Parts: sequence; C-alpha cells; structure tokens
Amino acid sequence: MSDDMKAITVDGLRKRYGDVTAVDGVSFQVENGEIFGMVGPNGSGKTTTIECIEGLRDPDEGQIGVLGLDPWLDVYELRERTGIQLQSANLPRRMRVEEAMDVFSSFYRTSRDWQPLLEGLGLGDKRKTYFSQLSGGQQQRLFVALALINQPEIVFLDELTTGLDPRARHGIWDLMREIREQGTTVFLTSHFMDEAEQLCDRVAILDYGRIIALDTPERLVNQLGMGTRIVFQVNGGTQTGQIRGGNGSHEAAFDGAQIGVIDGVQRIELTGDKVMVYGDGSNLVSEVINSLETSGVSFHNLRTEQADLEDVFLALTGRQVGDLESPVLI
Amino acid sequence: MHGLGKFFVMQFKLYLREPLAFFFSLAYPALLLLLFGFIYGNQPAPEFWGRNFGTVDASVPAYTAIIIGTVALMGIPIDTATNRETGVLRRYRATPLQPAAYLIASIAVYLVIALLGMGLLVLTGKLVFGLRMEGSWFSILVAFILSAFSFYSVGYLIASVVPTSRIAQAVGMVIFFPMMFLSGAGLPLQLLPEGLQKVSDFLPMSYVVRLIQGLWFGDSWVDLWVPVLVLVAMLALGTLLSSRMFRWD
Ligand SMILES: Nc1ncnc2c1ncn2[C@@H]1O[C@H](COP(=O)(O)OP(=O)(O)OP(=O)(O)O)[C@@H](O)[C@H]1O
Ligand SMILES: [Mg+2]
Repeated sequence: MSDDMKAITVDGLRKRYGDVTAVDGVSFQVENGEIFGMVGPNGSGKTTTIECIEGLRDPDEGQIGVLGLDPWLDVYELRERTGIQLQSANLPRRMRVEEAMDVFSSFYRTSRDWQPLLEGLGLGDKRKTYFSQLSGGQQQRLFVALALINQPEIVFLDELTTGLDPRARHGIWDLMREIREQGTTVFLTSHFMDEAEQLCDRVAILDYGRIIALDTPERLVNQLGMGTRIVFQVNGGTQTGQIRGGNGSHEAAFDGAQIGVIDGVQRIELTGDKVMVYGDGSNLVSEVINSLETSGVSFHNLRTEQADLEDVFLALTGRQVGDLESPVLI
Repeated sequence: MHGLGKFFVMQFKLYLREPLAFFFSLAYPALLLLLFGFIYGNQPAPEFWGRNFGTVDASVPAYTAIIIGTVALMGIPIDTATNRETGVLRRYRATPLQPAAYLIASIAVYLVIALLGMGLLVLTGKLVFGLRMEGSWFSILVAFILSAFSFYSVGYLIASVVPTSRIAQAVGMVIFFPMMFLSGAGLPLQLLPEGLQKVSDFLPMSYVVRLIQGLWFGDSWVDLWVPVLVLVAMLALGTLLSSRMFRWD
C-alpha cells in the first residue's frame, strides 16, 4: 500500500459536538520529513483535527493512519513514537523544569539527552525553577521541549508559538527546521499566517471545519496572481485632482500616468499621500523607482509587499483570519 | 509502565511541597494528640473505655482514621480535580504513561503519606505518653491498608463526579468534618448524646475507628467482622464506580 509511505493519512474525518460540527470531512496526507501546517481562524477545527490524529479524541467518522498505526487502537505504540504539544495544558505548579524533563523522559522507552534541548530553547538557566514561576513563553518552550524529548518520528505542535516573543519564535522555527533535517515529521497548527508561510513545506487552510486550500505556501500565494505591491508616500499629498499632472495652483505632487505606462503595472491606488502600485514582473520595482526619479517626484518610505497567505485566506473567504470566530456550523 | 518508580518519587515530592496538605496529613493529628494528651493524660480508664487503656491509647487508632479521611476525602479529590482542571492530566495522557500507572503511583503516594502520618502519631504517643497497644502491629497494618484503600476509592469517586477543584474541596469538607466528629475519630463517641451516637452506625469512618481501635485493644478479626465487611464492600463499590466514572479531561 502506497499510503504506508506517508507519515499521516486522514480520510473523511468528521467530529461533532452536539450541534456543532467541529471538523466536517477533512482529508489530507502528510509526507515523511515535511513540516506540515494547518492554519485557520479560531474555532475552525485545528485542535479537534490534530487531537483526533494524536488519538486524544475519538472521531465520529473517517480513517486516520499515523505511521501506519491506528491512533485510537495503537495509542501507546503511537505515544512512544510521536511527540505532542497541546494547545492548553499544564504541569504541576511545583514541578521543576529539570524534574519535568527527567520524569517525562522516563515515560518513554527511548529518550534523548535533554540538557542540550533545554539550552537550545533558552531554558538552560531555568532548570531549578518551578513550572508556575516560568513566564508564559517559557512554559510554552518547556512544552516544546517535552514534545521532543523522545526523539519522535512525528511531532505534533498545536499553536506552536502562541505567546512567544519574536526572538523565541524565530528560535523555535530554526529548531523545527533542524529537527526536520534529522528526519522528524512536523505537524503544526497556527493562526499566524506568516508562521505557516515561513516555516511550512505545505499548508492546509481550514475554515468551518473544512480544508479550503492545501499546497505549498508559494503556490498558494502565486495562484492568487496578486503579484507585488509597491507602497510609498509622496511629499505634498496626492489629491485626486493632482494625479494627472499639476493643473492645480501648486506643483504636481505625483503623476500616476508616468507609472501607469510601465510594463507589468496593473493598478494604482491613492489614499492621502500614500500610493500603492500593484503589478508583477521581475523589474517592476526598479522601473517604478526609475520612473519616479526621472520625473522628479520626491517620495519616501518606499517598500514592496508580496501577497501572502493572509491574502489567500481573504481571497478564499472574504474575511481576514483575525476577523471573527468561525460562526457555529449546524 | 515505564517510569513508574520515577513518577512515584516525583508525585511524592510534589505532595510534600504543598505545605497545607503536608500539615494536615502529617503534623495535625500528632499535634492534636499532644493537645489532648496533655489535657487528659494517659491514665488507664477502664470505666470509660471498657478496658485498661487511657485517652492517648484510644486516640492514636482513632486519629489514624482522621489521617486516612483527610487524605482520601480532601487530598485525593482536590489534587485530582486540580490536575484535571488545569490540564496536568491531559499533559500526562499525551505520553505513554498509562492511566493505571498514574493511579498506582498516586495511590502509593497517598498510602505512604498516611502511613507516615500514623507513624508520627505512634511515635509521639510512645515518646510522650507511654502509648500501650495489645494487638499485633501486622494486623493493624493490614487493617490500615484496607481502610485506606476503601476510603481512597471513595476519594477517587468524588474526584470523578466533581466538576472543579473548588467543588471538590467543598464536597470533601462537607463529608469529612461531620464524619470526623460523629464517628468517634475526632472525639470519643461516649462524649456524644445517645441519639448522636447512633448516627455513627451510618458513617463509614466509624468502621475504620472500630476496626483499628478494636485490633489495637486486642480484639480478634473474627470479633470485628462487621467493620471488615463494611470496608470491603465500600472498597468494591468505590473501585467499581470510580473506575467507570473517572475522567482525564
Ligand atoms: N470539547 C468540546 N466540546 C464542545 N465543543 C467543542 C469542544 N472542542 C471544540 N469544540 C468546538 O469545536 C469547534 C472547533 O474547535 P477547535 O478547538 O478544534 O478549533 P481551533 O481551530 O483549534 O481554534 P483555536 O484557534 O481557537 O484554537 C469550535 O466551535 C469549538 O467550540
Ligand atoms: Mg486550537
């Protein structure tokens, strides 16, 4: 069976809570050695999906295979070979960091040397600290360490970097890439689109318990055809009347027409003194800057923005990820 | 069952790090003994106890029931409900640690704690008041373990049905305190009005007092078949119900 080659296979997964359908027919596969991400707004079913795969919740319908095992029937074998970080969990208040590592590693048949793991996660000097005296981000990092303690073949991380500062976030991303190099498959959920985009080999976007898109982040973004957005500000403002050459009383602040003729420019938007140029093509940015300079427009704060997963979600649902919780699906 | 030993040691340390639990299960009964021992002394008072024993001699086995009751009705439900509420149990469930291993280690810790509490009590009695005992220590140990398991199973039953640790605490107190005063554990039944003395027949803790005190005074197991039967039945029922109703989430 070719499915044996996959780390995870999910087919027709469904889970209801009373009237709420938390997961509504989800199917996908995760390859060995990839970082697979599941993103979506609050309540879209990420935790329910990941916990069904982990064997922590019993699905109503559907088939799940993890390392060729049934997560509900072969749960202890699976626990030995996978690592889990839960979205919400705790340790006893007065358990010290090193005690947690020591006790948790004793639960497994095989475990790794956890000292470097703690160091790598910036908890080296917290070994003697009680769990309750760690900051939220430190607790989160400890849970990542616990999920990796048995050198799992697959690690599940639900809300990997929630509550972490930017430096810790990037540190964890690097750690994830490192363990992928060591052959571990990473399955994570996130509601940070930028995290999914930068870290994941493939991303599934979940909404109302359904997968509405699944691909590499690059392909998802490229399929949008949104290309590049160049944003800058011009001095003196860009009143609509001034757009096409200064026929007002004072000098033209900005002449959109100059840029409008550049190959690849699709659209120009003006708001206040802010100009947004949409288009694609590899020379777009340099040509726009060239054109601004030759026509003597004085501009500042120029930056370019690529379409991102946020835009993908917006295009697919008409909403921003952070907009609102998924309404209850009946 | 990997890591059971380490987990036991960890659970034990965690228990000792909770000052309140530590105080109530270990120090409190011994302090109680000191207090009443100094008030009443330990002169044999056959007219009161029906045998040649003093207040301290009778109080040590009775207070043992308090220790078992505190651990079972307060310690177990509150700890377990707290661990469930805060997601500690969920975190354990995401490892290969089996539920049975978690329970075995925890129950072993509670047993050791109660034994230590009783040890401290006996030691205080012996050193300070010249404690007397007519039965066999082995029998008393067996009765102690039976009583503890029987009460612990009820403790886990309470832990299973209460939704939160606050409610666990309330339920534990409501069951424990009246029982402590009406069962002969906290004070001799003979001091209660006759009507109230009858109530003790309906309180499980009375049977712990009767069993351990009886063995202490030198009665045989045969004489004590009623408390044994009650405690065995409670153990069977408590285990059956709590194993069906226990929740990790
Ligand atoms: N144990 C439960 N009982 C009842 N309803 C639940 C339960 N768990 C989840 N739900 C419901 O199922 C839906 C999906 O929840 P889930 O936790 O899977 O979402 P999520 O994508 O992980 O959200 P978040 O980003 O907030 O973590 C929600 O509507 C939630 O209210
Ligand atoms: Mg979630």
